[in-house]
Amino acid sequence: MKFFSEENLELADVIISRYPKPRSAMIPLLHLAQEQVGWVTDDAMAEIAELVGTTSAEVLGTCSFYEMFKRHQVGTYVINICATMSCALMGAEELMEHAERRLGVKAGGTTADGMFTIEGAECQAACTEAPCLQVNYRHRYRVTPDEFDSIIDELSSTDHNVPDHGVLSQIRQHIPEDRFVGAVPPGDVASAPVWMHDEGVD
Amino acid sequence: MTEMGGTPIPHAPGFVANDTPRIVTARFDYEDSHTLERYEATGGYRGLRKALERTPEEVQTQVRDATLLGRGGAGFPAGVKWGFCPPGVWPRYLVVNGDESEPGTYKDRLLMELDPHQLIEGCLIACYAVGLSQCFLYIRGEMAVAQERVARALNDAYSAGYIGKNILDTEFSVDIILHWGAGAYVVGEETALIESLEGNRGMPRLKPPYFPASIGLYGQPTIVNNVETLSNLPWILEHGVEAFTGIGTESSPGTRMVAVSGHVQRPGVYEIVNGTTTFRDLLYSKEMCGGIRDDNQLKAFVPGGGSAPWFTADQLDLPFEASQVGPQGSMLGSGAIMVMDETTDIPAAALTLTKFYAHESCGKCVPCREGGTWLEQILRRVVDGRGTPRDLELLIEVGETICPGDFPHAAIPSKGIEAVPFPYRMTTICFVGPSAFAPIHSALTLFREEFEAKVAGNENRTMIEVAVDVR
Ligand SMILES: Cc1cc2nc3c(=O)[nH]c(=O)nc-3n(C[C@H](O)[C@H](O)[C@H](O)COP(=O)(O)O)c2cc1C
Ligand code: SF4
Ligand code: FES
Repeated sequence: MKFFSEENLELADVIISRYPKPRSAMIPLLHLAQEQVGWVTDDAMAEIAELVGTTSAEVLGTCSFYEMFKRHQVGTYVINICATMSCALMGAEELMEHAERRLGVKAGGTTADGMFTIEGAECQAACTEAPCLQVNYRHRYRVTPDEFDSIIDELSSTDHNVPDHGVLSQIRQHIPEDRFVGAVPPGDVASAPVWMHDEGVD
Repeated sequence: MTEMGGTPIPHAPGFVANDTPRIVTARFDYEDSHTLERYEATGGYRGLRKALERTPEEVQTQVRDATLLGRGGAGFPAGVKWGFCPPGVWPRYLVVNGDESEPGTYKDRLLMELDPHQLIEGCLIACYAVGLSQCFLYIRGEMAVAQERVARALNDAYSAGYIGKNILDTEFSVDIILHWGAGAYVVGEETALIESLEGNRGMPRLKPPYFPASIGLYGQPTIVNNVETLSNLPWILEHGVEAFTGIGTESSPGTRMVAVSGHVQRPGVYEIVNGTTTFRDLLYSKEMCGGIRDDNQLKAFVPGGGSAPWFTADQLDLPFEASQVGPQGSMLGSGAIMVMDETTDIPAAALTLTKFYAHESCGKCVPCREGGTWLEQILRRVVDGRGTPRDLELLIEVGETICPGDFPHAAIPSKGIEAVPFPYRMTTICFVGPSAFAPIHSALTLFREEFEAKVAGNENRTMIEVAVDVR
């Protein structure tokens, strides 16, 4: 029944301790769950509810609002092809058609071997490098159909460093204990922070 | 950055240097611009040291005097906004808006990937000046590399004593907590950002209050500032207000980052002088975009992100100055210029934007939730050649349920049409609803003949009045 690994459970506690209210850790913990198994399972949501002191329904409510959280298994590599204006002006539609042909699935689908999911996506803040796509939220720029094929070849080999779906930053924030001020919840503090006192600000 | 072999994941390309003053992109030429070593070697954290030598109030005054306009879209002066925190209410928080997702916008991701310490220093200066007890740096979920670079920079800055307890051995203590989203455009709206940070669905809050500075995160005074806005602070503190206001104009000082995408010779991200640079300078000068691709004619451009009403060649001589662009019917928004040349299918281009906003509606307001979907469906059938002439009227009628009255648009001198100034009236809580209509309204007003061509011959087609089954 327990979802999180020992290591991730410890990490979850550290994450929660950084926020003034535990519920604020909801999205970070959903990401952690997705990092562990590639998608967000019901067990994960139940455990997150317990960790942040709310109900599974509340966690589902938040989880279901956000596009990146998958509540079903997706490919090892999720390929998001941008379809918003700048990319559309530069050939996004052709790129998507090519991707669908090459992988033999329609947008939203996953290849039978579970390797690739393709999705139509929205502006990825790379508009000058259109058309672009992301593999597990890492950008590829000015992608031609040929380049799409080589991206697929690259991902099918072992010679790449795109982590599996669910892994975002591979560097975690680390706050040394002796430097951590600690979360500042409302209600715990009623006066100005100490560096403001000097000038008599209330 | 990773232990595994293989091709390294490159950081963001796209920045084009030119000989204008560089405030926020000054370090972009260095391969290691994102490291603490490079940052310290190029004047890094000097602005923070200068701030700490002054009182918080003096720093606030400096930022107010600099007229640093917010770079997130609304263009509200940061120093004035900081002053909206109600006195005596503590704690106060800082939420950094790194959710960059407005169509066409590409600058905050560059700032986070290429100079994360500059942003961190900016956050620290803001916290010191306004007495903010904790900072949350909210990065868009789909930006793995930015998250990595900011995480590493935060770790290094903590170890070096720039963040956390007793910063640089002073009384000033503040944590910066790295947080990222999970894919929802509307979360960039500041009250939705706060809802999201509280662990909720990212839906904008009812207004008033208009600024989270009065009631924000956990109901406390909260400053929300954009990444580029905060990234300006170290330079202002280091070089002084006069150096900053000496660039650009009195009402729009300094520089701003703009992304030009679409049909230009050299799409790219440029740091330009605020207030004086014109759209023509940007799109046509050799140093910048170098003109329209293949020497084609310019048909239209979106001047300030997907939400902005469109301009044509008639507006090219307007400068990046809100007080001049507004009366001409649009806005500067988030510094995103999307260029369409003569080959562009205008109704289809408008659809790519309307689809975006319809999809991103959070569902809280009926005119946006239903209207956005209607607009998308009607426009789609027009684009596909299945629309009728009546559909063109229907688009406007549905749009008027979101934005009653005259909608802003550019002047068309050749047709004797005058501009309708910004802003518009709206029936929705935030700008997502109006933004679904803006591209349609502009396209229909400026290029009606292209729509008429698409529906020609369909006069007798049975029209589907109700796009969505609402029974
Ligand atoms: C729908 C919507 C989306 C927005 N998205 C962003 C965004 O991605 N980044 C941003 O900085 N501001 C965004 N804004 C503007 C913010 O609400 C807010 O004005 C801004 O972050 C304040 O920072 P500034 O004053 O430093 O510009 C958005 C606003 C709306 C209505
Ligand atoms: S305008 Fe749209 S996105 Fe904004 S609050 Fe209303 S329903 Fe949500
Ligand atoms: S439109 Fe594709 S990245 Fe912005």
